[in-house]
Amino acid sequence: MRREQKTRNRTYLLLASMVSFSSLGNVLLSRGMKQVGEIVDFSPLALISVFSKTFTNASVWLGISSLLVFFVSYLLVLSWADLSYVQPASAIGYAMVALLGYLLLGESVSPMRWIGVVFICGGVALVGGTDARTTRSSRECE
Amino acid sequence: MILFIAVVVFAGTAGDLSVSHAMKKIGHVETLRPTSIWNVMLRAFRMGWLWIGIGLMALSFFSLLALLSWADVSIVVPATALSYVTAAFGAKYLLREKVAPLRWAGVFLVCAGVALLSLS
Repeated sequence: MRREQKTRNRTYLLLASMVSFSSLGNVLLSRGMKQVGEIVDFSPLALISVFSKTFTNASVWLGISSLLVFFVSYLLVLSWADLSYVQPASAIGYAMVALLGYLLLGESVSPMRWIGVVFICGGVALVGGTDARTTRSSRECE
Repeated sequence: MILFIAVVVFAGTAGDLSVSHAMKKIGHVETLRPTSIWNVMLRAFRMGWLWIGIGLMALSFFSLLALLSWADVSIVVPATALSYVTAAFGAKYLLREKVAPLRWAGVFLVCAGVALLSLS
């Protein structure tokens, strides 16, 4: 019973890490690419300059690192939890981004988007009510 | 455009299924100490299925980028919410996960919610 509790806590921890680092990564990448500027000239020389600007940009590297943390969390949680559990559960991130945008940045949220937020929260609650794992793995390790 | 949306959804789903298959083969990771995470990652990145999955995810991602360069975001992004449903089907029939009625209901609600959220 204690082991199950520990596994459940780790599932929530990694889901939280997936949600936070994927949003953070996307925000940082977007900021970095805006600093690099719009690509208007597609000649080889101009593209080389865009490439070197992109890969010397701190935000771009922080963004890539965040997305790497997201991917490792995703892989780790999939080592025990169902894909059909992890994927819908991680959608809570979309609802959180909309809510935080509303609460912290004062963004306006249309009625349709509010319905979307409610649907996502309801869906995640339903999925969260099922067992995270319904298959037996061939071997247990570490 | 429908063809590109199909590539985004199906390649993305196939990528998630492959990666999930690889990690199920590795088995339950019991501790989250940095050294054991590192060892698990070294093992994972030696598995063919993981690389197939990453390749398919990249295909899906670049198709999405291509699509976004000419198609309407408010159609493309909601349509990709379908991947929650295709992933649940794949997980049930290919990964042999048991998708209970409650979980199906949740998957459809999440799919509808993500579509609504990205519509406007």
